[in-house]
Amino acid sequence: MNIEIISGVSVQAYIWLSLILFAIGVFGVLSRKNAIVIFMSVELMLNAANLLLVAFSKMYADTSAQVFVMFTMAVAAAEVAVGLAILVLMYRNTKTVNIDVLSKIKG
Amino acid sequence: MGITEIAFYILAAIGVISALVTVTARHPIYSILGLVTCFFSISGHYILMNAQFLGLVNIIVYAGAIIVLFLFVVMMMNLGEIQETSKNLIWKIMAALAAGCLMLVLVAALKVSDNLVSAQPDNNIGLVETLGNVLLHEYLVPFIMTSILLNAAMIGAVLLSNKENKLQNI
Amino acid sequence: MAAESLYTAIIGLPLLGFLIIGFLKNKISDNIAGILASTMVLIPFLIVSSVFFSLVNGGSAIHYYLLNWFTVGHYSVDYGIQLDRLSVVMSLFITGVGFLIHLYSVSYMKGDKNFSTYFSYLNLFIFFMLVLVLSDNYLGMYIGWEGVGLCSYFLIGFWYKNNEYSNAGKKAFVMNRVGDLGFMVGMFYVFYYTGSLEFVKVEQAIGMGAMTPIVLMIAASMLFVGATGKSAQIPLFTWLPDAMAGPTPVSALIHAATMVTAGIYMVIRSNFLYSLAPEVLNVVGIIGVASALYAAIVGMTQNDIKKVLAYSTVSQLGLMFLALGVGAYVTALFHVLTHAFFKALLFLGAGSVMHAVGGEQDIRKMGGLRKYMPITFATFLIASLAISGIPPFSGFFSKDEILAQAFQQNTLLWVLGLVASMMTAFYMFRLVFLTFYGDYRGNDDSKQKIHESPKLMTIPLVVLAILATVAGTLGLPHVLNMPHLLNDFLSPILASSARPQGHLEASTEFMLMGIATGGALVSIAIAYMMYISKKRVPDEDANYSGLTKVAYHKFYIDELYNAVIVRPMQWCSEFFHKVIDKVVVDGIVNMTGKASLLASDIVRTSQTGYTAFYILAMVLSACFILGYFFIGS
Repeated sequence: MNIEIISGVSVQAYIWLSLILFAIGVFGVLSRKNAIVIFMSVELMLNAANLLLVAFSKMYADTSAQVFVMFTMAVAAAEVAVGLAILVLMYRNTKTVNIDVLSKIKG
Repeated sequence: MGITEIAFYILAAIGVISALVTVTARHPIYSILGLVTCFFSISGHYILMNAQFLGLVNIIVYAGAIIVLFLFVVMMMNLGEIQETSKNLIWKIMAALAAGCLMLVLVAALKVSDNLVSAQPDNNIGLVETLGNVLLHEYLVPFIMTSILLNAAMIGAVLLSNKENKLQNI
Repeated sequence: MAAESLYTAIIGLPLLGFLIIGFLKNKISDNIAGILASTMVLIPFLIVSSVFFSLVNGGSAIHYYLLNWFTVGHYSVDYGIQLDRLSVVMSLFITGVGFLIHLYSVSYMKGDKNFSTYFSYLNLFIFFMLVLVLSDNYLGMYIGWEGVGLCSYFLIGFWYKNNEYSNAGKKAFVMNRVGDLGFMVGMFYVFYYTGSLEFVKVEQAIGMGAMTPIVLMIAASMLFVGATGKSAQIPLFTWLPDAMAGPTPVSALIHAATMVTAGIYMVIRSNFLYSLAPEVLNVVGIIGVASALYAAIVGMTQNDIKKVLAYSTVSQLGLMFLALGVGAYVTALFHVLTHAFFKALLFLGAGSVMHAVGGEQDIRKMGGLRKYMPITFATFLIASLAISGIPPFSGFFSKDEILAQAFQQNTLLWVLGLVASMMTAFYMFRLVFLTFYGDYRGNDDSKQKIHESPKLMTIPLVVLAILATVAGTLGLPHVLNMPHLLNDFLSPILASSARPQGHLEASTEFMLMGIATGGALVSIAIAYMMYISKKRVPDEDANYSGLTKVAYHKFYIDELYNAVIVRPMQWCSEFFHKVIDKVVVDGIVNMTGKASLLASDIVRTSQTGYTAFYILAMVLSACFILGYFFIGS
């Protein structure tokens, strides 16, 4: 049963879209070595989740979901600021952003 | 096929393609360009769904602030000159399998879930006024907390980016 | 209340002495320790004496509750003190002889660097011995029983730096444990069937038929096993000769006069049990006479002055068990009493001799000491006459009574007892002649140093000599128409127990006395001929042959025990050590360790250190968990 949230587009379409974006993000995280690209993939996943939240907010006519999207954005901004700072630090110490260099936790 | 439907499919196609570019491009700059395109398409979806405020914020925060941050870092490190040694093929296949597996599970979860029930459509929910009311009434405290979080992130970023000897001095 | 605390002091003071000397041994001087320890024995002696005289004058026995020891379920064990006629006699000579030996030790142990420790042990021993004797129940007795064994172990191994000595201590302890186990089992039997451990209640319960004859027999024989351990009877006697490793006063006090008579005391105390189990009494008598004979034979061939005395102790204890075996409890106690005097005297005399000749114990290297140490000689001679059974010394009366009682029961027992007694006379006078007569056979160096012992040592000798002489008057034979004082004193509590016995005819009794005395005199004469007239000196150890060699080596009993019990035990331990412990137990333990090492080695490979791998694992796990929650259910 398809529920339209905007004329002609069902909520399922949005779910599929955000799932695809999320999976692409996961693939990016897993397949790349460059820490910056991994980071971008994480951002992609966050956005996919945001998209889903907004779609459901539209479906249930509930504003709270959009408020949560705002919070997510704030958290993402903070995360990016700190994360990139860490990356800069890492680059300064190792002269690379390849995460396989950081394998100190090998058992 | 209405105009919104066409717009949805175009935006969706742009989003997926640019996301793929993001994760597969060899040069980080292309990744960033793909990502910004993707963000714009997502903002378009927000506007399609009448979430105007979020659409604008998304452009400002993500496309504006975060992407610029990424660009700065990439350029500062001069990463363009370093050719990334890509992971071997097995790893890529495994990554694709894992991602596909996750998606499969999520889709399956969607399929077996109870039927979705829609509520009375309300076109006002995405407007600045409505959102502002909810945010400053129901979510006032988390909202203020967010400012503390951002402040802490800022201090942390500044600290971390300092030269090491200065870090030790503090 | 005042009186009761006075009686508590009987056992309390030696304990106090032990604690004070034991804890302050580095703070107080040797003299103070000696005086304190002696006082802590003298005061109980005086108290016991007063109780004794009040009992003689017809006073009633004292029995009072001291403290509740512990309560288990509905049964609570109280510790009570029982000062009846029997225990008073025992504690009288324990404290009396104990005091004299304390005095003697002050001089004997002078200069030993563990002087205070020694006295604290002695006091502890007196304490436990009094606990044993004065307890009103089997459990209290058992505590004392174990305690004296412990002190004996301490004191045998007192010079613990000598490995042989400390081994002797261990041997005594282990052997005693074997006996103690028997005591314990007997005690359990008694408790199981009578529901009590107090002598009075047990006696009542048995009187009402709480135990069937079979059970009685088992209980009595188990208790007797305990007695053989403590009183060094066959088969648990081999520790006593080795126990001579301790200081000589200890041998006198513990291994001759008091502790070893604990077994006798226990049997007398349990007379209500034994009288109902005549079969066990027969066994007691047979074992007694066998021990007496065996020890006498071995004693005739020994050359170590203390070993001879040790075997004579075993032999005399055997005679006491013979007396018990024929149901003559009072006679046994009588011999315990006289034996305590003359055997303590013999040991102290031997100590005095050893003191004079610089610690030498081999009688082949002595001789002619009569001239140098007259007091020691005189007292030693008196003791030897007493133990040999020459009238009018005390040993004659008690021994004669035992033999007379045995004669009434069984002529064979009497003959064997008589033979043992004659041998006693022989080896004692062999000892006297070799030690005190003839010429000195040691080297000249030590000859210069021979001297009479100091007064503090000779005074106890003289006192004991007097006692050994006159103690016989406590039990004059019936035929003389004189009162048997000990029997009269003890008759209120022991009368009902003895086996029925008529009095021998006067002529028979005189005949028995004559035979016994004559036999002893003949033995002395033989010894005189061999060691004075022919001036024979025992050969070197290696030159023995035939029966003498077998006897000299104690019939190889030690070797037999070694072969039958100790070695198999060692093999067993070896087996358990090498196979069970090293291979099986250690194997299991090590295998656990190795298995977890191996497992962790395998699991460790998953810790690649590559972040991507962890994320992959996380994603797959998320898949699994989401799948399980959303789809699986």
